[in-house]
Amino acid sequence: MALKDITLGQFFPGNSPIHRLDPRAKLIGLILYIVALFLASHWLTYLIVFLVLALVVAVSTVKVKALVRGMKPVVFLLVFTAVLNMFYTPGRALASFWIFTITYEGVVRAFFMVARILMLISCTFLLTYTTSPLALTDGLESLLGPLKKIRVPVHELSMIMSIALRFIPTLIEETDKIMSAQRARGADFDSGNLVQKAKALIPLLVPLFISAFRRADELATAMECRCYHGGEGRTRMNQLHYRVGDGLFLAAALLLCVGIGVLAHFGW
Amino acid sequence: MPPIIETKQLHHLYSAGTPFEHAALKGVDFSAQAGEYLAIIGRTGSGKSTLIQHLNGLLKPTSGQVLFEGGDIWESKERTRAVRFQVGLVFQYPEYQLFEETVYKDISFGPKNMGLDEGEVDRRVRQAARFVGLDASILDKSPFDLSGGQKRRVAIAGVIAMEPQVLILDEPTAGLDPAGAAQILENIRTYHREKKATIILVSHSMEEVAREAGRLVVISQGSIPYSGTPSQVFAHGPQLEELGLGVPAMTRVFARLRSMGLNVPTGVYTIEQARDAVLAALARKRAVSLNRLPREAGDRLCGERKKESGDMEFSAPPAENEMKRTSSDEGGRV
Repeated sequence: MALKDITLGQFFPGNSPIHRLDPRAKLIGLILYIVALFLASHWLTYLIVFLVLALVVAVSTVKVKALVRGMKPVVFLLVFTAVLNMFYTPGRALASFWIFTITYEGVVRAFFMVARILMLISCTFLLTYTTSPLALTDGLESLLGPLKKIRVPVHELSMIMSIALRFIPTLIEETDKIMSAQRARGADFDSGNLVQKAKALIPLLVPLFISAFRRADELATAMECRCYHGGEGRTRMNQLHYRVGDGLFLAAALLLCVGIGVLAHFGW
Repeated sequence: MPPIIETKQLHHLYSAGTPFEHAALKGVDFSAQAGEYLAIIGRTGSGKSTLIQHLNGLLKPTSGQVLFEGGDIWESKERTRAVRFQVGLVFQYPEYQLFEETVYKDISFGPKNMGLDEGEVDRRVRQAARFVGLDASILDKSPFDLSGGQKRRVAIAGVIAMEPQVLILDEPTAGLDPAGAAQILENIRTYHREKKATIILVSHSMEEVAREAGRLVVISQGSIPYSGTPSQVFAHGPQLEELGLGVPAMTRVFARLRSMGLNVPTGVYTIEQARDAVLAALARKRAVSLNRLPREAGDRLCGERKKESGDMEFSAPPAENEMKRTSSDEGGRV
């Protein structure tokens, strides 16, 4: 059942101003925000990027709980980063035992690093939580459009991505079902050493792959039946349009990015 | 005699503690006697799949107990695993679980997991293949080269090879043509008869369960409103339809005849029973009509006949509606 808790690519439908933004604006805004996040190096600039994030979260009506749930898989990375920074930053010693020394600078740095990673994850989750996978891939395709000039198959890539996102929940459910079925025949996925565990996965993986191929085949047929022939000359039901709000959002994101850059340049 | 398998006040909550919390079972008391052939009926989302997955310990009850031969199946880890071999569960569309290179190897997966020796595994594989009517020449083929019906029988053989005392099958005939469906049901009957095993059949088809099972258990919204012999259960025809379940066409016809004021029995569900009931009613009518004008009685009877055949035609569309509804339910879950 733990499989069902995967939040990757999850979308919470809503009608907040953030939900209504053009996906392209959100993508560019995200990139600008991430740049600002990496430029920030002082507690003041950190505070600014944090407040901006808090504001966007508040406007988006996404629950903080949902964001926190998305953090779970990276807890290990966070602890690892924090510990490394605490011990390996030279500076004033706060405490020391054996060969390890915790420094004041280390603690500060660890705090900032963890804060940066958390904000980074939060803002990307915010994007997928508030943007439907379809809108997201449409936005990506449109943004990457110029690459078509140098023969990058942008449409195909975005189609692959949207199909992949669409099938995540389906495959999770399928995995659950096959696991139950093989357990009913005495398969044991939980005990034994690494080799035994890997071997125990065969009865799960073979049917899973077969069904994934079968689904892919059926999907391809269904798409062909509806005359899908790639991106050439294909029109959209929902055209993407920049609105005033998108312009304001982008201007704010750019201002933030440049502002943080300037502040950082002057040592803040 | 104590039941071979039973549940006591079984509750199951999905996603407990989250906003998606959903009670699938609400205090279910279910039991099956050794050697019984019973059927569970219920619409999609009624909790029947949740119930059968509790019977062999794939799901752990939120509260309540599952007893096998009088002992709690969650007593210890070893006991849960042992019970899984005693209570065989065949999932819906089991052919999608096949994974081995040959049919033989796939059927032997269960017995091998039981830790049986080579000779015993071989005996069981061959016997299971025989039970489901698979030719010995098929055993060396890849299961992926077989037809849909054959794959399904291989998958069922994979569970039968564990020689479970209780065999649970979730919609074993779904998606098969009538001949394939009839063959699977025949295989199940053979296993029931020769091994004196308990069979629990989950099905949507009322005609099918009425014909096959000695007892029906209706499950709706996580509890069991009706249970008993087919005639007892189908006597609740209108209530069953309110629960979104169809009843056999003959039961509908007879319910309608009764509502029109004819003295016919309820709980009729096969054509043979219907014939006997009609003949009995005719005999009564004849006896009465001796005291009346014979012509009038004959005319009335012809009138009933026409209405009866009309009803039979009308009974087909609701069944189709139900199928659509369930398939859209499933679509919603995906």
